[in-house]
Amino acid sequence: MFAAGADPGANFGELLRRVGLSPFESVVIDNDLVIPHATTCVAMRCKDGVVMAGDRRATSGHLISHRSMEKVVQADEFSGVAIAGAAGPAMEMIKLFQLQLEHYEKVEGQTLSLEGKANQLSMFVRNNLPAAMQGLVVVPIFAGFDFFSQTGRLWDYDVTGGRYEEKDFVATGSGMLHAGTVMRVAWRRDLAVDDAVKLCARALWEASDADSATGGPDALRNIYPVIASITRSGWSPVADEVLAKIYKDIAKEVGAR
Amino acid sequence: MSMPFYVPPEQFMKDRADFARKGIARGRALVALQYENGIALVSENPSTTLHKISEIYDRIAFAGVGKYNEFDQLRVAGVRAADIKGYQFSRQDVDARSLANQYAQILSQVFSEAPKPMEVELLVAETGLDKNSDRLFHVMYDGTVLDEHNFSVLGGDTQAVTERLTTAYVENSSLKVALQSAITALSGADKKLAHTDLEVAVLERNGKRRCFRRINDIDLLSIIA
Repeated sequence: MFAAGADPGANFGELLRRVGLSPFESVVIDNDLVIPHATTCVAMRCKDGVVMAGDRRATSGHLISHRSMEKVVQADEFSGVAIAGAAGPAMEMIKLFQLQLEHYEKVEGQTLSLEGKANQLSMFVRNNLPAAMQGLVVVPIFAGFDFFSQTGRLWDYDVTGGRYEEKDFVATGSGMLHAGTVMRVAWRRDLAVDDAVKLCARALWEASDADSATGGPDALRNIYPVIASITRSGWSPVADEVLAKIYKDIAKEVGAR
Repeated sequence: MSMPFYVPPEQFMKDRADFARKGIARGRALVALQYENGIALVSENPSTTLHKISEIYDRIAFAGVGKYNEFDQLRVAGVRAADIKGYQFSRQDVDARSLANQYAQILSQVFSEAPKPMEVELLVAETGLDKNSDRLFHVMYDGTVLDEHNFSVLGGDTQAVTERLTTAYVENSSLKVALQSAITALSGADKKLAHTDLEVAVLERNGKRRCFRRINDIDLLSIIA
């Protein structure tokens, strides 16, 4: 137990610092070190909430280091995070973020507001700045359903923890330009969830077609991007069979050009 | 220099135990009982915001009776210990036994060293993958730990409540029957408890990661009807 003045409250990161377990303490790393990087993630608002998607490839330099990495993960019942950047610190950040949300919920007896969650993630990204200066950049997207405003909302971040709310869609990672262009052309405010899922799948397809660090659908190994929707009924990942069908249709359409 | 009066250790312990027991007996009772699909926790608590029962971890719940600020402080300490352990090692490594032991350490230390003992009694409940691996650890104000089976009774008037629950308890029952017997035990002959007087939560084997679920007044009414 902590003394009244030194109590970390519901802040899990601060608690870890008090007990000497903080993962954000000084990181010194050689700039030439080749570490796995995660790439393209997208998120968009749609009529009933938000849809998030991310490819599955992690690269170390020019090599593919993992084919089945999951960069889009559930943060809690009504929100998710997608990450691009150095895979190790990014995964650690997500783990800590998930724990923070649950820890707050248990200590305080109620969940954080969506805005509170977005703000919290911003502090995590800022805490990672010293590591980012050494090359371990982590840039997440945060999205969720906001019961306060009854809409889906999404944010992207910069290395310094800058937090930017996006009104329609956002892409991050090496394939962000290509994926972003696809969304820019086809995105509409009133997209149904199913259509938003298809558009995300298409955005990742085009990114993987033009960017070597972004993985495409892998029918041979049955590995498809992770795509999930978040609506007022919660987090719901799209099944692989559904994605297989969507990508078959895209392939057919592209083949008929 | 004046010398303090000599108090024999037996008397010292007895005074403190009496003090703690009196404080706890003033509060209302709480019961936890195993049913076919987990553990149900029921307590008399008219407040809907100041909880006696809460979630500690995926499969672990906490219940406290006595002085609210004291057991709430212990609840938060439990959440912290569990979350740190799960972060440092794995979620599977967080268990009720070690948590109950930590509580016992704190309570026994406070009991003999602090200006006054804590006027609380705690329950650390854990639901396992089957009924045999369910755990009910009852921690007393002086750090005594009891490993209980089927059900556990905490707080004021425990003797009468235990007697009634021993008669009413049915092993491997449905949630409905379990809640009914808990309410019977808490009510007694001259006291009738309404659904709004109760705080109810369950640790259920639901196939999900987090087993803890609160049952609000409306849901409670439809379950026990």
